[in-house]
Amino acid sequence: MVHDLNVAQQISFGVLAAAMCLSALRMATTKNLVHAALYLVVVLAGAAGIYILLAAEFVAVTQVLVYIGAIVVLMLFGLFLTRAPIGKAQDLDNDQRWLAAVVCVFLFGVLIAVLQRAFKGQHVAVRTIGRTADIGTAIFKDYVIPFEVASVLLLAALVGAVVIARRD
Amino acid sequence: MLLNEFLFLAAFLFCVGVYGALARKNAVFVLMSIELILNAVNINLIAFGALTDNLAGQVFALFIIAVAAAEVGVGLAIVLLIYRNRHSVDLGQVDLMKG
Repeated sequence: MVHDLNVAQQISFGVLAAAMCLSALRMATTKNLVHAALYLVVVLAGAAGIYILLAAEFVAVTQVLVYIGAIVVLMLFGLFLTRAPIGKAQDLDNDQRWLAAVVCVFLFGVLIAVLQRAFKGQHVAVRTIGRTADIGTAIFKDYVIPFEVASVLLLAALVGAVVIARRD
Repeated sequence: MLLNEFLFLAAFLFCVGVYGALARKNAVFVLMSIELILNAVNINLIAFGALTDNLAGQVFALFIIAVAAAEVGVGLAIVLLIYRNRHSVDLGQVDLMKG
């Protein structure tokens, strides 16, 4: 039973990870900004799947609601309101793109080496269910001060966004 | 499952996000890349939470989602303001504070 679950998790992880990596690469290299936003949706949905694999259902649902439902829509509105080139555009990259690519490949290599050295062979326990009630209890018992700070942050960001974007 | 599978995936997404933030001209696209970076961090947090069987990872992933929402709101407001003043969101032209 546990073995079957492991194989199923492994297969779904492989599919999700492949989809996420391909979409992320396409997002960073596509010539079309609207397509980039849609590729971002695929990456975010894949991340929600990864959270479910790790038995974090509540975070997965929040991810779909907040990221895909709100943030990507905001991004698309931002693209439209700033008259971004819809369709293929030629000069989306600046002249440091090769330098950026070198930096990122180097960074990825360093990260892989360090992670492989630090966490080689460690296993994540196979769990099948994560209870939302536990997260609620944790937030309102152990992490109530960060929670309140997050509320104040959201309020400040709301007021700040209105003040900055207001036409006066 | 191996912990490193999740960490490698997150590292890859992080690097692609850094590339997008460094190499693109459009300010809205840079904001999208930053979302990708924050997501990579979230995957890491939840993977470590599952490793230690601790709810702190999930709780802080939720806080990061809230911070990301706030960041996009303020960031897009700034981008709209730049567009209104300069009629372009090309980050190469936003060099008012260049020494």
